[in-house]
Amino acid sequence: MPKPKVAFYWNASCGGCEEAVVDLAEDILKVADAVDFVLWPVAMDFKKKDVEALDDGEIAVSFINGAVRTSEQEEWARLLRRKSGLVVAFGSCAHLGGIPGLANFSDRQGVFDAAYGYLPTVDNPKNVRPQTKTKMPEGELELPEFYDTVYALDQVVDVDYYVPGCAPPADLILEAVTAILEGNLPEKGAVLSPPKSLCDECARNETKPDKIEIENLKRPHETFMDPEKCFLAEGVICMGPATRSGCGERCINANMPCRGCFGPTDEVRDQGAKFLSALASIIDIDDEDQMDRLLDSLPDPAGLFYMYSLPVSMLRRKAADKAK
Amino acid sequence: MTKRITIDPITRLEGHGKIEIFLDDKGDVANAYFQVPELRGFEKFSEGRMCEEMPRITPKICGVCPTAHHMAATKTLDDLYRVTPPRTAVLIRRLIYNAFMFEDHALHFYFLGGPDFVVGPDAPASERNVLGVIAKVGLENGGQVIDIRKRVRNIITTLGGRVIHPVCGLPGGVSRGLTEENLEEFRKTARDAVDFAQFSLQLLEDVVLKNETYVGLITGDIYRHETYYAGLVDDDDRVDFYDGDVRVVDPSGKEFVKFAPREYTEHIAEHVEPWSYVKFPYLKAVGWKGFVDGPKSGVFRVAPLARLNASEAMATPLAQAAREKMYSTLGGRPAHNTLAYHWARLVELDQAAEAMVELLDDPDIMGDDIRTLPTEIPTEGVGIVEAPRGTLIHHYTTDERGVITQANLIVATVNNAPGICMSIERAARGLIKGGNVSEGLLNMVEMAFRAYDPCFACATHSLPGQMPLVVEVKDPDGEVIERMSQFVGT
Repeated sequence: MPKPKVAFYWNASCGGCEEAVVDLAEDILKVADAVDFVLWPVAMDFKKKDVEALDDGEIAVSFINGAVRTSEQEEWARLLRRKSGLVVAFGSCAHLGGIPGLANFSDRQGVFDAAYGYLPTVDNPKNVRPQTKTKMPEGELELPEFYDTVYALDQVVDVDYYVPGCAPPADLILEAVTAILEGNLPEKGAVLSPPKSLCDECARNETKPDKIEIENLKRPHETFMDPEKCFLAEGVICMGPATRSGCGERCINANMPCRGCFGPTDEVRDQGAKFLSALASIIDIDDEDQMDRLLDSLPDPAGLFYMYSLPVSMLRRKAADKAK
Repeated sequence: MTKRITIDPITRLEGHGKIEIFLDDKGDVANAYFQVPELRGFEKFSEGRMCEEMPRITPKICGVCPTAHHMAATKTLDDLYRVTPPRTAVLIRRLIYNAFMFEDHALHFYFLGGPDFVVGPDAPASERNVLGVIAKVGLENGGQVIDIRKRVRNIITTLGGRVIHPVCGLPGGVSRGLTEENLEEFRKTARDAVDFAQFSLQLLEDVVLKNETYVGLITGDIYRHETYYAGLVDDDDRVDFYDGDVRVVDPSGKEFVKFAPREYTEHIAEHVEPWSYVKFPYLKAVGWKGFVDGPKSGVFRVAPLARLNASEAMATPLAQAAREKMYSTLGGRPAHNTLAYHWARLVELDQAAEAMVELLDDPDIMGDDIRTLPTEIPTEGVGIVEAPRGTLIHHYTTDERGVITQANLIVATVNNAPGICMSIERAARGLIKGGNVSEGLLNMVEMAFRAYDPCFACATHSLPGQMPLVVEVKDPDGEVIERMSQFVGT
């Protein structure tokens, strides 16, 4: 029987997902033995036309990490979708939009005006912006188009499964790959991680009071965080109630609160809204002035509650300019 | 007829990097361009964020060197709040940082850059990888590379929570300290790291320096640019990865300027080109004169060789001895030979290992006081570290609530972008004559920019394999006349 063909590709990402796979070391070599990699730019030579030459559906599974921000990335996502039986969104950026998705608080012009305009070290008297085509004396140079909006993978192509995390932990990667290769598949659209919330699994549950009641919020740098106690009970924002488990509580073990990279659980449509409602239920304030002070003490709730999930949230992005 | 050569490494610097080489009527190189076809806009979307989140946001710029961004952001917060971390916290941060420098440098030398020398620049591409290195140095030593990296990376995992995107940095300190159990284990790891660094330097001497061909390649003209150099130094002008002032030397090695992080905008500016998403930094006092070297061009270089050139000494004894040997072989400081970046990287590998031992022998590292709570109203802060790939600058301004109003980031590989462009062009010119595109072009060009360990190569240098490099020769209609590939199977 021929080995199943597997592709691994990156879009707008940092390389951390690639490193996570590489960190599997010996384990990944076993996987590599069982499959035929047809595309893995980090490790292998390939060309787009090599993928184009495959039959539609010939690749058993494509793992795609990174958000979609440029025309080139969208083309790749569409090509791999067409050629693949299964597409897996790998890591927070493909799954939710991820940290680069925070750029949806702005747009292309905002990004360009900062990077090539007003930042203090920019030297650009002619106000040059990168162009998709530039005529040079020797010939024309091309760059891919930079989109106004950052998209999660499933906003561009149909996605079969999701491996969450920034970056996904080794055990989840191995379980996901094994399940797929053995055809031991859950329902389409499943996130391949336990369905419980992080709070349900958190080691700090033991010290958590039955009912959390807080009167003020503290930002992580404003307080000494007790390495045993529930962050929320101490008034420190922790995304645990609105975040799926399976990460191994890596941040919490370093005594830092969760920021939500695994995205919401299955029942939740919008991670930020879910967190807001969880937060509202533990705030124990009757006085309006005190409430105002509490809200003032958290100046960027949207950026915090949607740190990884803005593109797939109900907010999605800042309102588009109607002229565009 | 103008021909065009596209080299598409299809790998990463904030995404991918691409090289376009144009040939003139005679078939000689008319010009070469190094393009970065991606941008993610971190500076813009940092605006509006709460500043204390920056050490968790900015590492996502790079999953291979997240610790550099994490530490630069954390130090920027120290400066922003005018808060001094307790000594224990500084020792822990330095331990994490030296561990990071060590594992990253080891990765580059054994997996990416080193194979060219250890296995040989002319060896078949299929052997020019970490497996080839292991074959040459023996399985036992090869296994050590993997083992020591794993153990050193574990120091970062333990203290930072995760090795990909650590989370422990806060203004005024760190989120957790060491346990007695950690201390014992880490001390053993650090001592083994020193042995490993010494082994690596010996390997360089035995395999590279005793081979005249290799030495000729290092000291030859094709990989040489006389530029300014920059790097962080301590109070005694010794190499410091974590902290200090930025010292710049001119192409003759004389100190050109030394400045505190907060003064960086007076000294560095970034030129914009329409054909790349990356900007091109230069020294303001000299000015942008294009992609040229020499004392009249503001182009400066960063990363291992630049750090050694811009300093007077190493901070640890064994590394200093290795440094002296390097400069005596290369004819003194500064050394302009781009391939000597590999050598300088091993000298730094040694300093990072020795520094870990020193830090873990300091009784204060076990102190309980790991944080100073900030009390000042934040306004503006600058944090500079030496990433493995060079000087990394973070600069934030905030409102009185600590919400970012402006963020400027100059990342290490960007500082080297002009130098990388120049090195690629020189290698191409040296090789392509009369329209003949030699097979050797691939590895020669690759070696020219691999020496910098550019971040678009980050992701590749951890796997056994070559950077996938494809060269296409196209006619003016874009028709491919010839295609060559470096990669020959796993």
